[in-house]
Amino acid sequence: MPGTIHGVIGENGAGKSTLMSILYGFYKADAGEIFIAGRKTAIPDSQAAIAAGIGMVFQHFKLVENFTVLENVVLGAEDGARLTPSLAKARKLLTELAAEYELSVDPDALIQDIGVGMQQRVEILKALYRQADILILDEPTGVLTPAEADHLFRILKGLKAQGKTIILITHKLREIMEVTETVSVMRRGEMTATVKTAETSPAQLAELMVGRKVLLQVDKGRARPSDTVLSVENLRVKDDQGVERVKGISLSVRAGEILGIAGVAGNGQSELLEVLGGIRTGTGRITMNGQEIDLTGKLSDARTRRARGIAHVPEDRHRQGLILDFYAWENVGFGYQDDPAYNHGVLMDNDALRRDTEVKIAKYDVRPADCWQTARNFSGGNQQKIVIARELERNPDLLLVGQPTRGVDIGAIEFIHHQIIALRDAGKAVLLVSVELDEILALSDRIAVMFDGQIMGERLPTETNERELGLLMAGITDTNANAPLPQIVANLARTGGA
Amino acid sequence: MTLPRWADVVLIPLINLFLALLVSGLVVLLIGEDPVNAMKIMVNGAVGSSYGWGYTLFYATNFIFTGLAVAVAFHARLFNIGGEGQAQLGALGVALVALSLPWPHWTVALPFTILGGAVFGAAWAAVPAYLQARRGSHIVITTIMFNFIASALLVYLLVSALKAPGMAPESARFPAGTFLPSARDLFGAFGISFARSPLNVSFLLGLVACYLVWVLLWRTRLGYEIRAYGHSEPAAIYAGISPFRIIMVTMLISGALAGLMAVNAVQGEAQRLLQENVLGAGFVGIAVALMGRSHPVGVLIAAILFGALYQGGAELEFETNVPREMVLVIQALVILFTGALDNMVRDPVKGLFLRLGRRPGADVKAAE
Repeated sequence: MPGTIHGVIGENGAGKSTLMSILYGFYKADAGEIFIAGRKTAIPDSQAAIAAGIGMVFQHFKLVENFTVLENVVLGAEDGARLTPSLAKARKLLTELAAEYELSVDPDALIQDIGVGMQQRVEILKALYRQADILILDEPTGVLTPAEADHLFRILKGLKAQGKTIILITHKLREIMEVTETVSVMRRGEMTATVKTAETSPAQLAELMVGRKVLLQVDKGRARPSDTVLSVENLRVKDDQGVERVKGISLSVRAGEILGIAGVAGNGQSELLEVLGGIRTGTGRITMNGQEIDLTGKLSDARTRRARGIAHVPEDRHRQGLILDFYAWENVGFGYQDDPAYNHGVLMDNDALRRDTEVKIAKYDVRPADCWQTARNFSGGNQQKIVIARELERNPDLLLVGQPTRGVDIGAIEFIHHQIIALRDAGKAVLLVSVELDEILALSDRIAVMFDGQIMGERLPTETNERELGLLMAGITDTNANAPLPQIVANLARTGGA
Repeated sequence: MTLPRWADVVLIPLINLFLALLVSGLVVLLIGEDPVNAMKIMVNGAVGSSYGWGYTLFYATNFIFTGLAVAVAFHARLFNIGGEGQAQLGALGVALVALSLPWPHWTVALPFTILGGAVFGAAWAAVPAYLQARRGSHIVITTIMFNFIASALLVYLLVSALKAPGMAPESARFPAGTFLPSARDLFGAFGISFARSPLNVSFLLGLVACYLVWVLLWRTRLGYEIRAYGHSEPAAIYAGISPFRIIMVTMLISGALAGLMAVNAVQGEAQRLLQENVLGAGFVGIAVALMGRSHPVGVLIAAILFGALYQGGAELEFETNVPREMVLVIQALVILFTGALDNMVRDPVKGLFLRLGRRPGADVKAAE
């Protein structure tokens, strides 16, 4: 319907992205027809989608990093062989749009120099420049701070007022409740319901998504922290380009507690996890159970860290946590291939590893329970369960866990959260990094907020709220003052976000 | 959707081969020869007699070693194009060992010539490996360069230090105690007659190498780590696997396997060091590894196929007006279809499997 915001919600693998890819002409539908404004429209490719007035803002932006904003907007929609007229036209349009919808961006800035929030606006501008009437946004807030997300929603409401149709794909129930008029729920490739947002509730939507009732709050008892397990002093880390990403962090995690690290993606949390996990080198002093850990030398690798009782659930299971082309059983031994239980002299004891896999698959309810399936063919949630099972069943003294439920469906989120809390209750230390504030608030016993490679402050989950954390995540420590939005945006632009 | 293993390992290469032969037939037709007849001569020449088999398997032995060399490196996502040079250095190693002592019997000499070929081949691979692991110099470039250096080095040695008296640039003949028993001798011992050919015990060595490479890759921790590294370097680092160690060890094994080819070609056949001992087998190894899907069994089958192509091609040239270049064209077509155009066949076959194999419940997991 023109002038509405329609939400599409569903678990990972429910088919949301596939549906949208069909609308944008990336995939062809096996059967069925698409109607736009009552007219049957065939969308064989994305050119046709653009011609039909569909604009798409992908989860992962499709921008040319070393082009300016203006060049990116024009790219692919040039009026002729000469670029200058198109650029001039785009510049004029951009100024108009900026005034109309709070969509201000510097047209001459390079994409690589502006923050994620800004980049997303460029994506929206691209679609508007191509005269899109229907704007599809795929998980638009995944990389934004709460403040940026609020700004985005204001933009969307402005567009709606101008008669644009907006389709918002998300798995965050709160966003659906906040901005949409109607919402469609997808489950296992089917639309299970389309309801008016005003007439539904988060609990009802969650139930529609999963097909059963789920607890949105995590039940957990009080933490009983004891001795310090991990202590980090003045840690500094550089990334592969030599840019310092962690700028002198100190923190400690005690046995029996979960320390949550909140922050917008790209503010040094990944590097922090990687140094602790032995993937990256750094400077400073880290002790584990009172013994110093080698940060640069021969013993600074992941193998040694595991031997010291550190287990690591990495942020990106596809890139690091799994070998996607390995069978489930091969992945269950991944990182622990030295374990004597899996070895038999020089040969690996694959039978032992497979027996162990059967046990873990059963305990963690990995589906399908097939240890001869390659990791690639499991759904996101089940892939993550394999990683979680592998690392948690080691009963480590310290668990490093990054984005434990990224791209994981609600049913599995519940399960994974319970496992992490069970480990805490067993008297182990947990360092949790997540960009999901809900998750941080639900799981953590203490929360540290990272911004631009530093810890902006530590809070207790009982004594803080999303607004305060959001400001800290944007680098504003004076959380009592009503921080002006431009400062937040400027701060975020400076760090470059993800 | 992943294909069943048998389709991946057997069906697709067979279709590829069939297509290659079909196009070859068209080309033969184009130059005015009878493709059916040409095919008959090739097949007959390659596998129609014990003589044909002898040559086919002799060539195949070379390709088994160079194919395994490329295959092992592939598993660590290293493209070792230097099999040619490593095999030439292996030839040098074998020759030096064979010429160094008046060996009493081949059984005594063989372990040492194996060691010589492997160590020299590995050493030649070690330098590009180190440059890749420490300096990031691309291994494709460095191994190719090392082929030229190896070739130049061999020529230099054959006209100077190692040159035997006479005109030809070749080493002295190896002592008789290093001569490997031929297939004719071995079969003869059981009273079976087998035509005279260069096929020798090295073929059995090749079979053992296939088995050992399989054990290495799928039954040892090192193989597990090599494969893990080959699939994803970031994941390997996460698992505590050292990229430096994997690159070095993998390339050493790869170079050693390429070097072992010389036991067959130099000690088994030529019985002296020649300029053209290797004769492109290092490059054929790439095609063999591609066609064999980097699996030792696949490599074995592909090596025999290429051996047959070599031998059948020689017969074709001998018996008809089909020129030598034509044989190269056929070989090139096989490489093209099995290597480069693989996806052309793969996708339709996948589609076919998808349609035939759609059972209830089978495609639920593929929903994502």
